[in-house]
Amino acid sequence: MKQLIKCVIAISFVLGVLLLSACGEGKRENRAVYLLLDTSGTYTEELQKAQVIINYLLATLDSGDSIAVARIDSGSFSEKDIIAKATFDLRPSTANDQKRLFKQQIDNFVAQVKFGSRNTDITGGVVQASDFVNETQAGEKYVFIFSDLEEDLPKGHIRNFPIDVHGINVVALNVTKLRSDNVDPRDYKHRLLAWQQRVEKGGGIWRVLNDLERLDRLISY
Amino acid sequence: MANELLQVWSDSPATSLVIWAVIAIIILYLGRKQAHQLFWTSGYSIYSTLRVWAFGVSKLEKRLTQRNHEVLLANGEKAAEKAIEREFTRINNIVKRDLSGYPSLHRQISESIENIESDYQKSTQVAPLPPAWGNVVETIASLPSSGDPTVVKILTNIKKAVDESHAQTLKAFKKSAAESHRLLSAMQPHWRNIDSKLNQVDEKINGLDQCSKNIDQQIADYAEILHKKDSALSALGSSALTQFFISGLVLIIAVLGGLINFQLIAMPMSEMVGGSSYIGSMKTSDIAALVIILIEIAMGLFLFESLRITGLFPIIGTMEDRMRRRMMVVTFILLTILATIEASLAYMRDLLALDREALQQSLVNVGAAGGIVEAQFRWIPSIGQMIMGFILPFALAFIAIPLESFIHSLRVVLGLVAIGLLRTLRLVLRMVGGFFKHLSKMMIYLFDIFIMLPLSIEQLVKSRQSDKSKSEQQKENVSVQKLG
Repeated sequence: MKQLIKCVIAISFVLGVLLLSACGEGKRENRAVYLLLDTSGTYTEELQKAQVIINYLLATLDSGDSIAVARIDSGSFSEKDIIAKATFDLRPSTANDQKRLFKQQIDNFVAQVKFGSRNTDITGGVVQASDFVNETQAGEKYVFIFSDLEEDLPKGHIRNFPIDVHGINVVALNVTKLRSDNVDPRDYKHRLLAWQQRVEKGGGIWRVLNDLERLDRLISY
Repeated sequence: MANELLQVWSDSPATSLVIWAVIAIIILYLGRKQAHQLFWTSGYSIYSTLRVWAFGVSKLEKRLTQRNHEVLLANGEKAAEKAIEREFTRINNIVKRDLSGYPSLHRQISESIENIESDYQKSTQVAPLPPAWGNVVETIASLPSSGDPTVVKILTNIKKAVDESHAQTLKAFKKSAAESHRLLSAMQPHWRNIDSKLNQVDEKINGLDQCSKNIDQQIADYAEILHKKDSALSALGSSALTQFFISGLVLIIAVLGGLINFQLIAMPMSEMVGGSSYIGSMKTSDIAALVIILIEIAMGLFLFESLRITGLFPIIGTMEDRMRRRMMVVTFILLTILATIEASLAYMRDLLALDREALQQSLVNVGAAGGIVEAQFRWIPSIGQMIMGFILPFALAFIAIPLESFIHSLRVVLGLVAIGLLRTLRLVLRMVGGFFKHLSKMMIYLFDIFIMLPLSIEQLVKSRQSDKSKSEQQKENVSVQKLG
């Protein structure tokens, strides 16, 4: 009996110490990120900055996380607009290879974009993004909109309906000021407010991040 | 509410307050006896209850102390028995190893002594004496010559013969003395040989003597333990505490080693079992790494059990020697395999880190193609990690020794801590009990301070009454005396 107690104490001691040492890090939720790149008009010049953001995301995301990058053009609610997407493998080495491939695809895309699209369908892109991140069933969902947020729909396209972004972090990145904003800065504020109201009505969490030096605030580690 | 109460008797609060105070004093005076009883019984009941508790705690403490002493003595007894057994085994080994050669040593010494004896005998041979007629011839030769040439010639011849005889005797003596010296000098190595052999014997006997002294000491300690002497208990208690702290310190070091080991294999494990799957709140790869480390520790425990260094699992200690040896080999092989796996995992960790570094570099440089970073002396940390991965499992195996000491001493230390806590609790209970007893007395005196006015009046009345009765008594006595 004494020996049994000794053995139990010995095993529990070793187990306890090692389990305690390993329990420092809590369970991390999988993340799904969808980045919309505005390719309309002069905004294509900003794509270099988008590359930096994508690289940051690739470095931050881990095995099990998902990422997709799509462009915003005249009709963005289409799979054809997805430039690259990946769900990183459970094995870190394979995930690294996927990241390399992803980066290559983005580099190729940025290199071949020369002329911007005629119109800007941001809502279509957001709807497609929310579908994608919801499908991944990730714990943390992000939709990044790399755009000036000026929507310019082609004739006949209907986008004035409420969008469902429940539980999704919608972050507007690098929202540049237009020429008209310089004339009346309230236009810029109104544009941001309109998007905020639309996202929050849809159950999402709205943020704006214009300072790309602070990418650490983009997603949680 | 308070204001209303202050205006019940009069509009002036002061007057009301005085009336209230008078009422209160009267009520308190009337209920003085009951109030005193209430204070006294409350204080005393709390005091006696806490005393009973303290008594119970004291009994528990005594039982625990006794039990702790029993455990200490049992442990000490076992340790002393083991120590004595070890000393006897040492003596046995000395006797087996050294004194088994004693007959040949004895023979060698005897042979040396015999050689010395025979040489001595030879060296003591009597030197040849001059011939017996020498004295006669010498006497004749020393006679004075009368000048007769014949006599002179005869005497000269005789002298010559005598001289020759002396010379021959001296030569023979010298030869004999030289032979004796040679024999005596030939005895020197035998003496030295005997001396060195005797020195060897002396050393061995001294070793045995030391062992016997150790045994004497151990037996004395053992006897003290058996007689349950206080000195033995104190020594055993301090020994257990020392064991506890030393083994605790070593265990902390071992745990740190385990953590390093864990860090070394947790990352490459994600390559095998996936990096994002969880069991509960822990990563599966972390659990896999932990399991490997725990298995290594378990193998170490079994290895040391089969070597009979530790005694945590009696079933292993009491196994047949053959089976035990087999178990020893199996656990050692398993431990080696696990160490090899760890070494390869450590190498894989290095490769993964390199790959990650290359990716990070390519991501930082926008537009640059990813490539492997070729750094000079990159192989040094790789080799270092592999060696660490191989050595740490064996080092962790040694955790069995301090773990056993820790477990053994933990019982005593926990007992001592529990005794200390019970002692403190007993003291606190007694103090609180005493405090309530004195508080009840204080409350009684405080109560009397509030009603000191009626009390003083009561006292005054009583003293007057007693004076009156005394004077009446005196008057009665005087009248009785007069009548008498």
